[in-house]
Amino acid sequence: MNDQREQLLTRVRKALEVPAEKPAGHHDQASEPRIAGKHAATEWLPLVGPSFEERLALYAKNAKELTADFRFIQGGIPALVAELQEIAKTEGWTGVATHAGELTEAAAGALGLPVVRTECGYDVDALEKCSAGITACEALVAQTGSVLVTSRSSGGRALSVLPPHHVVVARREQIVADMTEAYALLASRYSESGYPSMISFISGPSRTGDIERILVLGAHGPKRLTVLCI
Amino acid sequence: MSTTPAAAEFKKEAAVITRDLRHRAVIRGALKKYEVVRDDKKARFQNWQQARYLASDIKWDAVNHLDTYLAEFAKNLEARGGKVHWASDAAQAREIILGIVKEKNAKAIVKSKVMTGEEIHINEALEEAGYEVVESDLGEYICQLRKEAPYHFVFPAMHLTRGEISQTFTKELGSAPTNSPEELTMIARRVLREKYIKADIGISGANFAIAETGMISITENEGNARLTCALPKTHIALMGIEKLLPKLSDLALFLPMLGTAGCGQLLTGYNTMYGGPKQPGEADGPEEFHVVLLDNRRTDLLASSEQRDALQCMRCGACLNVCPIYKNIGGHTYGTTYQGPIGSVITPHLRNLQEFKHLVFCSSLCGACTEACPVKIDLHHHLLQSRRDAIAEKAVWWERLTFKACAVIFNHAWVFSLGEKLGRIGQIFHPLIKNTPLDPARAWTASRELPKVAPQTFREWWSHRK
Repeated sequence: MNDQREQLLTRVRKALEVPAEKPAGHHDQASEPRIAGKHAATEWLPLVGPSFEERLALYAKNAKELTADFRFIQGGIPALVAELQEIAKTEGWTGVATHAGELTEAAAGALGLPVVRTECGYDVDALEKCSAGITACEALVAQTGSVLVTSRSSGGRALSVLPPHHVVVARREQIVADMTEAYALLASRYSESGYPSMISFISGPSRTGDIERILVLGAHGPKRLTVLCI
Repeated sequence: MSTTPAAAEFKKEAAVITRDLRHRAVIRGALKKYEVVRDDKKARFQNWQQARYLASDIKWDAVNHLDTYLAEFAKNLEARGGKVHWASDAAQAREIILGIVKEKNAKAIVKSKVMTGEEIHINEALEEAGYEVVESDLGEYICQLRKEAPYHFVFPAMHLTRGEISQTFTKELGSAPTNSPEELTMIARRVLREKYIKADIGISGANFAIAETGMISITENEGNARLTCALPKTHIALMGIEKLLPKLSDLALFLPMLGTAGCGQLLTGYNTMYGGPKQPGEADGPEEFHVVLLDNRRTDLLASSEQRDALQCMRCGACLNVCPIYKNIGGHTYGTTYQGPIGSVITPHLRNLQEFKHLVFCSSLCGACTEACPVKIDLHHHLLQSRRDAIAEKAVWWERLTFKACAVIFNHAWVFSLGEKLGRIGQIFHPLIKNTPLDPARAWTASRELPKVAPQTFREWWSHRK
């Protein structure tokens, strides 16, 4: 194995000895001159307003476009529980799955349904049969309407993708402006202690356009994504 | 003449499919929807052009320090319990993957989309060794059931109508015929769910690899890669060595650019980074995580002083979607793993210039691909350079003769005007032989009308004008 590694790296190094200039023959070079001195992605990616209200409004707009159900709830945990009970009743849930956490435990516990917990290992068939997976998240990204989950914050890898309905419970402080801020948050949380083995930006329910480019929800993962934010 | 079998096949198929109006309508319909959403998302960027410059710079740096970043990536991933394998060519990569599969005594393998897998024909190798391999991406699954290659490396089943897909499902899965894309998707969902739960091994690709943290990043919409990397006990990721990015935070730029250019989504449904197998204290995940780094002559492209930037490609497919050639001949005609303009640029390097030179000539050089590329690869100039190289390496005698004859004609006014006179007389008799084997202009007249030679040339008019 070490031989193969050395062979490959030697070929790479040898190839890099050939001097190569970056092609400058682009015809748009003249019409779109490069703006010097700005090198941060934030300068060019979609704009996000500075205030909390602007970020909240942008998140709500993007989530709606992604066909996610985003609800900003006043009234703390009791209101969140009431909202979730309503959803469970309307959809006729028979069981849920969740993981340890202040919001997740309060929410799942109040439903009066069988609960599968994932943090200490679980049966895949049992998880697959749950009506919904209830998870926490690392952050909500206003710029893209995404939910940022990790294997550490959201009960592992499968919980947020195997049950047909994924419910995210979050606090308003968790809304971040953009992708850059989301990665900065991950770095501040994990760059010292070690990153979780899975980090995922979830943008809307599972979807496919593979048949005539027509959007169908619930290709393999959840058919519905609900974000409850207090 | 030096027509290779690949070129002959290409010409034959292209001649048929360019006349297929149904095919053209299906492709135009699919790509129209893409254009609308892509332009909408591009417009949301504060400055798409500047974002392209930045993305191009980061990739250029990554490609030019590939040895450092590969070593850093491997070191960081191994520190987290991942195993890194180095494959010089397709045969080595197949051997490595088969070795893992055998060692795990696997029975069922589930795969999420991996173009490098098509490149090394991993499915055929696994099936030959007696393993069941199931593609889980819906489009790839449809192609697998039909025993077809993917038509497009982002939209594999773009060329099929719902009716054709329904027929395939009825034939292969025994499902009731249906006209609804939703029902068809649910049929596949039910079948594939069982496969995930049963599978011992999940094979995926990678859209990016991060040197700084030893992670791979997978971009998808369906959640099939999420499941492939969550449930099986072993996860194998196969990727080309050019996928490296220096920093984790680089993805803040690259994920939205890939989504926008690739399918008109600011971010696709799931953008997931994997750094190692299940870590202590985590609920689930594979016990083993293998990454296979594939060269397969990418280092030949790296050694190209003019075309090194082609390794910046992140396979978004934007250049295919705008290419007038792709839109007319479709994905299968190329006969290569990577289709469209980027395929025509890299295939001669990854395989053989003489065998695939017909691809570099098959371009209108309109530059739409270069304009569409989110990492600013100089695609259409590279096609021109490869044309020059192909001829320099091996000139075609009759082409050389033709150009010499042209030089004589254009350098001597009297020869030129003689040609005009002959053309004027010749066109009177042309209808007698038009589109028959005797017709010297048959390649043109088979599908087009010849323009009429004017009764008087400009020079004749000029000299008679007094």
